[in-house]
Amino acid sequence: MMVLLSILLATAQVAAPAPQGEEAVAPYRVDPANAGAKPFSGDRMARQFGGQPGIRRIVDSFVTSNFADPHIGEIFKNQDAVRLRRVIFEQFCYILNAGCTYTGRDMRTAHTNMGVQQADMNRLVENLQRAMATERVPFAAQNRFLAKLAPMRSAVVQR
Amino acid sequence: MVPRSIYFVLLASVAAASPAAAQQGGGAGKLLLTNGISTVEGSSGGGLAPWAVISGNETRDGFGAQAAVTVVTLPDYDLKAFSVAVGLRDRLELSYARQSFDTNKVGGALGLGDNFSFDQDVWGAKVKLAGDAVFGPTWMPAIALGVQYKKSLDPLVARAVGAHERSGADLYVTATKLILNYSLLVNTTIRATKANQLGLLGFGGPNGTQRRVVPEASIGYQFSRRLVVGAEYRRKPNNLAFAREDDAWDIFAAYGIGGHLTATMAFADLGSIATVDGQRGLLVQLQGSF
Ligand code: HEM
Repeated sequence: MMVLLSILLATAQVAAPAPQGEEAVAPYRVDPANAGAKPFSGDRMARQFGGQPGIRRIVDSFVTSNFADPHIGEIFKNQDAVRLRRVIFEQFCYILNAGCTYTGRDMRTAHTNMGVQQADMNRLVENLQRAMATERVPFAAQNRFLAKLAPMRSAVVQR
Repeated sequence: MVPRSIYFVLLASVAAASPAAAQQGGGAGKLLLTNGISTVEGSSGGGLAPWAVISGNETRDGFGAQAAVTVVTLPDYDLKAFSVAVGLRDRLELSYARQSFDTNKVGGALGLGDNFSFDQDVWGAKVKLAGDAVFGPTWMPAIALGVQYKKSLDPLVARAVGAHERSGADLYVTATKLILNYSLLVNTTIRATKANQLGLLGFGGPNGTQRRVVPEASIGYQFSRRLVVGAEYRRKPNNLAFAREDDAWDIFAAYGIGGHLTATMAFADLGSIATVDGQRGLLVQLQGSF
């Protein structure tokens, strides 16, 4: 019964139309595990990131800086900024246990054939660090969050 | 005694060699401070122990370099080290250091003459075998293998203190991880060496002619992107008969100024050197990298 239900749900989500203002993406199975990390437990991290409003501001400035970046902006150019803002917010909010679920693609699928190099990854981390610092997230909490993202490198960076 | 102008030559060469890096406004390569500082032997790492990181700011896709001037001011001696290291594809590091040890008044007392100073060359190679110090699984550190070939430029000193040889090679393996969850950088190095006082007093002696396996460790807390504060420990062999050799330790603060300069200050305790006890003092290092 559960299996049937989840198959039904999965099929339903694959067929879901693109949300307002977003381009359609190839069908994929929606699963919070696509976020690539287990969420924190408790609400301490969420509070240190200023809850959903804080995370929203961090993601906005992070995504904006990536698009405007002189080095990695090229990779983001022509991508769907509306979708990226939504799913990255979901991903951060989900991992920080701030009351969201993640509906985006898994990290390997999202970054295939993008040619991301290690230097790009470092640059992106620096943009994220800047966005978190602007929101006055304590440095130790920034690192704790980065600890969740660091293992995703092999799914993102091309060998 | 190395002329002071070498400072500027080293730093200027780093600056001159990095127009591209300068355009990037810093930080297109490695994350800040993840090239380590420069050990007194020229390898990237802490001040005393080499780490499993590769010198320079390059990542897997290029090359980088760093140069450093280190001055250790002890009660009875001064140690200066000038070093350069290049990193290739974040995989291979080649380094060179010139160490200069000034005996100040002790030189006179030992019959060597006041301010007698002697030098040593250290040629190093390090290869990163596996892992990553920042990314990837938390349980997987960066692991590197290295060699430091050291040669005294004053063979008389090694002979006078009873050392067996004037040159020798240290072999080491090192593992390093920045445990992001705790903002903690942890490093362990295992070294096989017969160097006396880093090799400044030659290699081997009456109490030992073979390489000894000695541990080294560093730990650092990352207060911010720019500031790491920590401590290091380095065990040393005790091969000579005329004087005891102690282990070394330090507490340090390293500060990243922009993407290309790192300033380090440490309180270092090198113990007893050539019969004179209590050699602890200030270590200051300025390092440039691209
Ligand atoms: C651990 C680090 C990273 C995380 C957590 C991350 C997260 C994400 C997420 C959640 C998405 C959206 C997935 C979806 O649309 O369903 C995405 C897409 C994307 N990411 Fe990343 N990312 C990381 C590293 C990078 C790097 C280093 C780059 C390039 C410099 C990059 C470039 C992109 C681009 C261009 C997209 C849009 C892909 C598309 O719309 O087809 N990402 N990333």
